[in-house]
Amino acid sequence: MNKDLLVYIVVASIKIFLVFSAVQIMIISMIWLERKIMAHMQVRLGPMRVGPHGLLQPIADGIKLLFKEDIIPQKANKLLFLLAPVMTLVPALITFAVIPFGDKVKILGHSVNLVITDINVGFLYIFAVSSLGIYGIVMAGWASNNKYSLLGGIRSSAQMISYELPLGLSLIGVVMLTSSLSLVDVVNAQAKLWNIIIQPIGFFVYATSAIAEVNRCPFDLPEAESELVAGYHTEYSSMKFAMFFMAEYANMITVSAIAVTFFLGGWHGPFLPPVVWFMLKLSACLFFFIWIRSTYPRLRYDQLMHFSWKFLLPLSLFNILITGLIMVLKG
Amino acid sequence: MEAYLFYIMAAVSVTAAVYLVFEKNPVFSALYLIQTMVCIAVLYILLEAQFIAAVQIIVYAGAIMVLFLFVIMLLNLNIKEETKNALPFQKIPAIFMGIVLFTAICAVIKSKLLQGKQGEYTTAYVNSVGNTKLIGNLLFTDYLLPFEITSILLFVAAIGAIMLAKRKL
Repeated sequence: MNKDLLVYIVVASIKIFLVFSAVQIMIISMIWLERKIMAHMQVRLGPMRVGPHGLLQPIADGIKLLFKEDIIPQKANKLLFLLAPVMTLVPALITFAVIPFGDKVKILGHSVNLVITDINVGFLYIFAVSSLGIYGIVMAGWASNNKYSLLGGIRSSAQMISYELPLGLSLIGVVMLTSSLSLVDVVNAQAKLWNIIIQPIGFFVYATSAIAEVNRCPFDLPEAESELVAGYHTEYSSMKFAMFFMAEYANMITVSAIAVTFFLGGWHGPFLPPVVWFMLKLSACLFFFIWIRSTYPRLRYDQLMHFSWKFLLPLSLFNILITGLIMVLKG
Repeated sequence: MEAYLFYIMAAVSVTAAVYLVFEKNPVFSALYLIQTMVCIAVLYILLEAQFIAAVQIIVYAGAIMVLFLFVIMLLNLNIKEETKNALPFQKIPAIFMGIVLFTAICAVIKSKLLQGKQGEYTTAYVNSVGNTKLIGNLLFTDYLLPFEITSILLFVAAIGAIMLAKRKL
């Protein structure tokens, strides 16, 4: 085996390991932060018992989930029931392969790009992978053999299909301006001016549909407790439930990372090192998610669908039209 | 390395296709079809056609198959009920035609019919320009008319689907 290939494999493995550990740590801290921030916004204290200010609460939760009884319903389809949580978590995590989180750095004489892999169809890769994430939820809903699960699964897949369109189209404007599908190029193009200033409509559409895409409040109809018990994961317990939980947070981190990459300038920023800037922007986006959740009530199902098809989709198409028009006029 | 990957993916996709046909439960059939499509996307990547690979997953595996699965799950077909064989005599002709088709395909691959001369767009050239850029350029210059006609066809089909689904608009 030649030396370049060996170096490439070692560097890629280290990057994959670091990124995935970082995402896992972020998921764990997000669970604690969400409960704390929401509690303070609603003038409560939140978890306080385990560790200082409940800091060890996620670990306690994790241990509790590990030791809980793992129930598989008798009439469930066992194979799909086992496969569904994995199918939701994996796509959420592998999207990170194309997201650049820092500038080129020199390590031991090798120039290392701080992105796991820079492919020239990175934009399409994100949507290919995230569209596969629906299957986990659909499978979970069907395999549980429970009417609430099935309804939750169907609702969520309908919602995700509807919001995937404005989600994808809202980023087209940015792609047109960059004239590249590679995410590294998208970040490099924002060195002077962030895309949020040039593409405010695009960012608005993206932010709205991203919240719907990850099934978060106010678009959390797939798991509306008051109507559907818990939606597609009604029958899940123990670690399998934890995987759905983790997938939700991983999805949140993923869409936030995409928002940072496409609209908020990626890792660009003054004074601080690029990776720190990336993390700061990511945290701001995640805080926004929690903020929205603790402020807004849940929408009704038909309102949700109308909002996507009759408002967001035309708006994103309009954005593409305007962007194209200005680009042509400017030459 | 690429050859090994090809053989693995080919084996997986063919196995999934066989299961797709012989599986009794329609939900599993649909899932096997998704697996076949993802495997084909990997084969596209091995042929260095990244754009088509991504579109294959987005359109077929991500959009069309979700709707298929959706409909199958809503219908909730009963697995135990043996579906009535509408065409009881089709087995023997089907096997015969299958063998004929297979030999025909083998004959064509073995013969020199498919070995045309090399065109303008070699793999090296496509990679130097970029997959997506080249396809975009060609679609909006040389193949503009077929592209527009296809889009009108799809548009008509979409309107037709809405008309059929919603009689009372």
